[in-house]
Amino acid sequence: MHGFLLRIAKRQEPSPLWRSALVLCGAVLVALAFSILLLALRGISPLEGCRVLVMGAFGSAWALQDCLLKAIPLFLCSLGVAIAFRLQIWNIGAEGQFALGAIGATWAALTFGAQPKFILLPMMILAACSAGGLWAMIPAIFRQWLGANEIIVTLMFNYIAILLLDFLVYGIWRDSSGFPMTPAFSKNAILGTIGTSGIHWGLVHCALLGLLCWLFFRSTRLGYEIKASGDNVQAARYAGMPYNFLVVLVMLLSGALAGWAGFLEVSASVHRLQPSIMVGYGFTAIVVAWLARLNPAGIALTSFLLAGLRAGVENLQLDLQIPAAFGAILEGLMLMTVLAGGFFLSYRIVVRRQT
Amino acid sequence: MRLHLRSSHIIFCALLAVFVFSQPSLATDKDLKIGFVYVSPIGDGGWSYAHDIARQAMDKMPGISTSYVEAVPEGPDSERVMLQMARKKYDLIFATSFGYMDPMLKVANQFPNTIFMHCSGFKTAKNMGNYFGRIYQARYLTGMVAASMSTSKVIGYVAAFPIPEVIRGINAFTLGVQAVQPDASVRVVWTKTWYDPVKEKEAAKSLLDVGADVITQHQDSPGPQEAAQEKGVFSIGYNTDMAKFAPRAHLTAPVWNWLPYYEKIIAEVRAGSWTPRADWPGMAEGVVDIAPFGPMVPQEVQKNVLAKKAAIIAGSEKIFVGPIKDQNGTVRIAEGVVAPDSDLLSMNWLVQGVVGTTE
Repeated sequence: MHGFLLRIAKRQEPSPLWRSALVLCGAVLVALAFSILLLALRGISPLEGCRVLVMGAFGSAWALQDCLLKAIPLFLCSLGVAIAFRLQIWNIGAEGQFALGAIGATWAALTFGAQPKFILLPMMILAACSAGGLWAMIPAIFRQWLGANEIIVTLMFNYIAILLLDFLVYGIWRDSSGFPMTPAFSKNAILGTIGTSGIHWGLVHCALLGLLCWLFFRSTRLGYEIKASGDNVQAARYAGMPYNFLVVLVMLLSGALAGWAGFLEVSASVHRLQPSIMVGYGFTAIVVAWLARLNPAGIALTSFLLAGLRAGVENLQLDLQIPAAFGAILEGLMLMTVLAGGFFLSYRIVVRRQT
Repeated sequence: MRLHLRSSHIIFCALLAVFVFSQPSLATDKDLKIGFVYVSPIGDGGWSYAHDIARQAMDKMPGISTSYVEAVPEGPDSERVMLQMARKKYDLIFATSFGYMDPMLKVANQFPNTIFMHCSGFKTAKNMGNYFGRIYQARYLTGMVAASMSTSKVIGYVAAFPIPEVIRGINAFTLGVQAVQPDASVRVVWTKTWYDPVKEKEAAKSLLDVGADVITQHQDSPGPQEAAQEKGVFSIGYNTDMAKFAPRAHLTAPVWNWLPYYEKIIAEVRAGSWTPRADWPGMAEGVVDIAPFGPMVPQEVQKNVLAKKAAIIAGSEKIFVGPIKDQNGTVRIAEGVVAPDSDLLSMNWLVQGVVGTTE
């Protein structure tokens, strides 16, 4: 009897970039194949479906602009959680930190609305980052000094933050119209667009923060310590690295970045605080961070692609009247296949002939 | 004389030019492309479904093509969807949730040749109108039915958000209840969501637990109806006839019939006579009605309610007529005064007899 034996073996060294790219493309293709099958079941030509999806996402200058706008908050939240993940601190609380950032920025905008733009906007950013950062620091302190699990605490803090936001917009910050939202911000509190494009300056913030983040991990001692401690806590402690301090620091930075995203959402997109800014960026950010393997450039690309998928799915709905649930299925399929594809980056399958 | 004629002629032409060029759309004879933005899936059986029934009927009209995007979150996401529609040269865009107001205003400013219609807000622009229906009239009638069928004198109200639209509905319903049973109370639970069938059902259950024996709702799904049927008590639906979701529990429901209104807007846009304004049609215009009564509603009750309905349509009966007190007992609408629409549109207080807060 001859046969084949399949054996799964762990890869000894990290996968090179080309293999990651190959696996990613393969995963997307598998997801698309399933989606096409589903479209065909609805009687829609697969080619037409793909065309509408891709054109809606990336097929025009407009579409690209929409994707960039949608990717901005996702990128910042994801950059934030990735910093904590480097230290193996599981910050699931970006959603709440985003809410706190929006609240902080709104507080500054409503309190100092008469200040000139060049003073007010930095104040709003400072308030947003402090609020988001301090909010994220609480679970870090609980973890290091009370032994509380940060996954549970950050997760629960999301709900507290969202309810706090609700409490403010339904209560003391409520607009005179009676609707649950603050009054519109003054002109000085609004972050404008770049030139005549529809893209706000948040894109430049993202580029700079992404670069800073990359440099931080590449060239600073603290960045190195975070990476080293993430790889091996015992060894890092033995080497005299300030682990408690690092945990608090990464959560502070993590929360500050999500808070910054909250600032951009109220200042550049919505121009006021309202509950509808909470659409789950903080949760999607976790997926983005993992898909991008915590790499800032990868996070930028993944945020952009996910935003594109969202826009493409809307285009599918509009042009071919496909139900919204189909969009959710497509997005879910993509995430599932890409994450499953990660298996092939850490393991390889060895085929042996049995004799 | 000659000179006079000429100048009047010039004035006439100038006025005509102003009139013609101030019309955002010149779509008189060409085909109309109409887009809808919905906050929940059209399969919700409620709010979006009611709009979509009208959309489907419009789609069959000659020279009209329609499309929609469903389950669009309020906020920046909706802005992107409306932008997509405007760029694709849709002539007329309807967005049917309150949170689409500001995004729509932004998009409307960028696309002056597209006509935008926002449902349930309060802002208008040169090419943006706003509309809603006097569903509170139907709420009052269903309140009468609920009170007639309640023995515990506690009626549960599952409500989405404490905003004027919903508060007005609760107040009208409660006034209807009190017209039949002056000492009954209406207990409100806020879900803070338009569409979350599980949460809506849970909220209804919590009301059943405190003794409510009729459940009504201001949500986008029939979740509360199902909760009532499971407990074996009665319910009043909303948006569409929800009898098929809970046949044993469903008494009636305030329902929407958007088609007559949408047909009117289409005709205006085609004729070039559309103007930006705030519309608030009601039962008399056929936009608002109550669903057929369930078999358990006694004939006597049906007769009373239908008589009241006829009076509302005839205009001889108004809902918000003083004296009406708020929860603290303060008179908010004085004796004999009919509350003006501006007060109704910004209503942010609950009438006496409602158990609940506006936060």
